Amino acid sequence: MAIRRLFIANRGEIAVRIVRSAKALGIETVQAHSEADADMLAVRLADHAVCIGPPAAKQSYLDADRIVAAARDAGCDAVHPGYGFLAENADFAEKVEAAGMVFVGPSPDTIRTMGDKAAARAAAIAAGVPVVPGSDGRLANADAAVAAAEKVGYPVMIKAAAGGGGRGIRIAETEEELRRLAPQAQSEAQAAFGDGGLYLERVVRDARHIEVQILGDGSRAVHCFERECSLQRRRQKVWEEAPAACLDAETRATLCASAVALAENVGYRGAGTLEYLYEPTTGSFFFIEMNTRIQVEHPVTEMVTGLDLIAEMLRVAGGEPLSVRQEDIRLDGHAIEVRINAEDPANNFMPFPGLVGALSIPEGEGVRFDGMIYEGYAIPPFYDSLLGKLIVHGPDRAAAIDRMAEALKTLCIEGVKTTVPLHAALAADPAVKAGEFHTQFLEPWLAGQTLAAE
Amino acid sequence: MADIRSPLPGTFYRAPSPEEPPFKNEGDAVAVGDVIGLVEVMKSFMEVKAEVAGKITRFVAENEQPVTAGAVLAEVEG
Repeated sequence: MAIRRLFIANRGEIAVRIVRSAKALGIETVQAHSEADADMLAVRLADHAVCIGPPAAKQSYLDADRIVAAARDAGCDAVHPGYGFLAENADFAEKVEAAGMVFVGPSPDTIRTMGDKAAARAAAIAAGVPVVPGSDGRLANADAAVAAAEKVGYPVMIKAAAGGGGRGIRIAETEEELRRLAPQAQSEAQAAFGDGGLYLERVVRDARHIEVQILGDGSRAVHCFERECSLQRRRQKVWEEAPAACLDAETRATLCASAVALAENVGYRGAGTLEYLYEPTTGSFFFIEMNTRIQVEHPVTEMVTGLDLIAEMLRVAGGEPLSVRQEDIRLDGHAIEVRINAEDPANNFMPFPGLVGALSIPEGEGVRFDGMIYEGYAIPPFYDSLLGKLIVHGPDRAAAIDRMAEALKTLCIEGVKTTVPLHAALAADPAVKAGEFHTQFLEPWLAGQTLAAE
Repeated sequence: MADIRSPLPGTFYRAPSPEEPPFKNEGDAVAVGDVIGLVEVMKSFMEVKAEVAGKITRFVAENEQPVTAGAVLAEVEG
């Protein structure tokens, strides 16, 4: 049954984005907000607004019971979770359904399976999707490690089976190195975790982060091509593109087909993203995880395909089949998105909440701004620093970068420091222009830069 | 009497994590540079340090309380 009244259980720019698509589909919108967010843009744009608690997210945007009750009391028949907060919380999705409403996203079971790293890896293997080759289970000693390394191929990464957080990770290029490093890793794991078990995985050299956007209606799935998000700082994406310029047509086709196979295998419903590591020297890609929600960087996909991913999510959640066939989805040109955060890049990205002064937002052909700000808006300090996303589209990558550089000159948010100077420097950088980067590129690059604040 | 103020708006925490004891209690001595709490601003944690030496007579802000920039967090007697 088509959605009539939608509860938006999120904030910031994604709430604005969801309100806009819902309105375009003729769906009535009820916007949730914390006490600190009563003035946010989505509240102003939505048909109705409901306060769901104090500023702290755990008492508002993360309080599943309170959100479900508020949505039900507001007479909503569906809940859109956005991204972050409860978007990938299977228990929340279950509570929404138990209250007789539609969760705009996949089933709780799919969220649970794909949210568990080991289960997601098993699902990928079952669908024939390549994963990073690794040892089967724990390795008892150096001989077992050497045998496993011969199967997965050097160089290998040795990890503590019981560990996490990158502790005790060592890289061995050869058997000799592995024999030397394995006992060290073992005793370190024993000391740190009381368990000397090791695990071994192939190293993906100069890895690039590539992800495939998929859409499913529970039985059929399509891909909307890929994005590249290799420019990251502290594992946060900074600059995102579609398509990934480093892929040839054949690799792109194989990669995207693998994503559709996995999505159909798990009966995926809604919008989702499969993340991969891509190794340019060998042209191989490896599935790492799936995000069962809309992503921050979805607009670059919309710019190159012409689709409205949020609208498609809402239609599918309302019980309709996918509105597009695979052959209708075509790549047109190149798109780039940069994240405009309230942070000072000249001062180690110190958060900069404040009052938004005069605003100048670029517009025109091939330029889009998905934001949450307006003149006089007081940015609350309680949530993340994302103020908006500047997205550009051009006939090719070079044209898109030029357009980004121009658009960044126009973008001005007075009263706060933002990451605009970082993006301007990236758009002018020869390596970025040449597409020569990987996931470990940005942090050393930043160390060699002086980013003047505006 | 001197005030320790929040350098930024955010959420004030008196302990490094919920499982750990507070950095300082009322009545504790502080030296210049001692951490007396954290302010969480946009998911980053900033240390709040004493700028004068003395004794903390009172915490004005409670644990997990939202605070504005410049809000008094604690009072120190020199």
